[in-house]
Amino acid sequence: MSGAKSRRTAVLLGPYSVWAALFILVPLFFVAYYAFTDNSFNFTLDNILKFFTEQSRETGSRIYLDIFFRSLKLAVISTVICLLMGYPLAYIMTRAGERAQKIMMVLIMIPMWMNFLIRTYAWMTILQDTGILNGFIQSLGLQPIHIIGTESAVVVGMVYDYLPYMVLPIYSVMAKMDYKLVEAARDLGCNGLQVLRRVILPLSIPGILNGVTMVLIPSISTFYISQKLGNGKFFLIGDAIEGQYVSNNLHFAAAMAFILMVILLAAMALIKYLTGRREYEGGAKA
Amino acid sequence: MKIASKVYTALVFIFLFAPIVILLVFSFNEGRSLAVFSGFSLKWYRELFRDEATLTSVRNTLLLAVSAMVISTVIGVAASVGIERLRAKWLKTAINTVTDIPMTNPDIITGISLMLMFVFAGRLFGLANSLSFWTMLVAHVTFCLPYVILQVLPKLRQLDPALPEAAMDLGCTPWEAFFKVTIPEIMPGIVTGAIMAFTMSLDDFVISYFTSGAGFQTLPIRIYNMTKKTVTPKMYALATIIFFVILALLLISNLTDDDAMAKRREKKRLKGKS
Repeated sequence: MSGAKSRRTAVLLGPYSVWAALFILVPLFFVAYYAFTDNSFNFTLDNILKFFTEQSRETGSRIYLDIFFRSLKLAVISTVICLLMGYPLAYIMTRAGERAQKIMMVLIMIPMWMNFLIRTYAWMTILQDTGILNGFIQSLGLQPIHIIGTESAVVVGMVYDYLPYMVLPIYSVMAKMDYKLVEAARDLGCNGLQVLRRVILPLSIPGILNGVTMVLIPSISTFYISQKLGNGKFFLIGDAIEGQYVSNNLHFAAAMAFILMVILLAAMALIKYLTGRREYEGGAKA
Repeated sequence: MKIASKVYTALVFIFLFAPIVILLVFSFNEGRSLAVFSGFSLKWYRELFRDEATLTSVRNTLLLAVSAMVISTVIGVAASVGIERLRAKWLKTAINTVTDIPMTNPDIITGISLMLMFVFAGRLFGLANSLSFWTMLVAHVTFCLPYVILQVLPKLRQLDPALPEAAMDLGCTPWEAFFKVTIPEIMPGIVTGAIMAFTMSLDDFVISYFTSGAGFQTLPIRIYNMTKKTVTPKMYALATIIFFVILALLLISNLTDDDAMAKRREKKRLKGKS
């Protein structure tokens, strides 16, 4: 009987196990394999070392490390802006009426499901020197600004594309929050800021973490946004990987992907470790 | 405070919709500019429907999304039931960890990793170009699967294990109990998972970009190739059509579904009880 049962479990789980092993795990092995081999598949550390040491001939700066740190910087800035913009919106949404909440939900999801290439392209035309933004600025009698091709333009694109991914997880956590806790805190003499800091913020941390990873990861690895809104050269780590892929330098592309993956995995493990411990401490205190 | 939050909400939504409104308006522009409106015209819509390559890419996208949805739903539902039944905790953790990988890894890494494997396998079998519809299908099923499992697993946890047991006591074989009791009970999760798989596949650009061959172009890839050069406004016409399709779908699923379905389900339950 139990043999038949475990056979059924194996039949159900079999196809997925094979699929996941073949198409999730084996490909990751190939990233490492290509990263540590040269064109004739002999072991080498050159690809990895190239990432850390290759210098620009003109300025002497480290090309790929600079690109990586620029990606990190812009991704962090975008994530922080998304959080600052998205958090109040998520809170306002939870306080609205049921019907208003649903409408706002639809309004947030529409841009998410619209092809992000078209929307990013639209920003390119808006931010151009002769675009709508500058037309508007000039009609106010002000000096036009040059933003296309700068880091600010890339940040605008990232915030625009990924803001919904910040709002939705925070909203879904906040919507489940018991509002009586807020009322209780008010009754016990907390002012608005204290309620936010001591009740709402701690309760919404899981949503914030979810939102932060959902914005940080795509923005650190994007290449389309930076190609359209950046200055066209290898701007971000995603561009660098894509560029190596296009010029068929698969081993170096794999090396950069490998390094990016290791760094992100370490960062996520750290976040998980820190928050896991905090939850545990919170539980112990209570 | 109330007014402040209304103004704030309005500003955020203006930011979110400004580019979309501009696309909508300028898709009806007579000229090519995205800054100066020179007169109303439908000519870009006519051009769009004459653009064979774009129309083919729409068909390709739908074909790929439907195939990926069906395969990932079947494998994903079976896998979820299997995971839920597993006794060995380490095995459960191992499978869940692997399932998380495509969701947490950046798309570019998922794409590159699959591409490297396909290219390597292609060399092994002596194929000049191994990337095709099939490699894309494999890639799409792979990134859709975790979303199906994520939707189905919680529904299985809510399922009362006494139900399939009762069916078996009443003479069902285990497989009959599975198809007649378990599957209908977790149907809402299956449907949500399938819809998510469909939309993820429809919208994917990055992973498709690395795993697609020259012969099979999806709409996002087509749009990418179009935006490499200066774009003709027929792409805005395309964006406008996509916008209204999504708007209709979201309104139908969000505004009617919840109220009506909840009421109907409630009615059904009451009927069943009495």
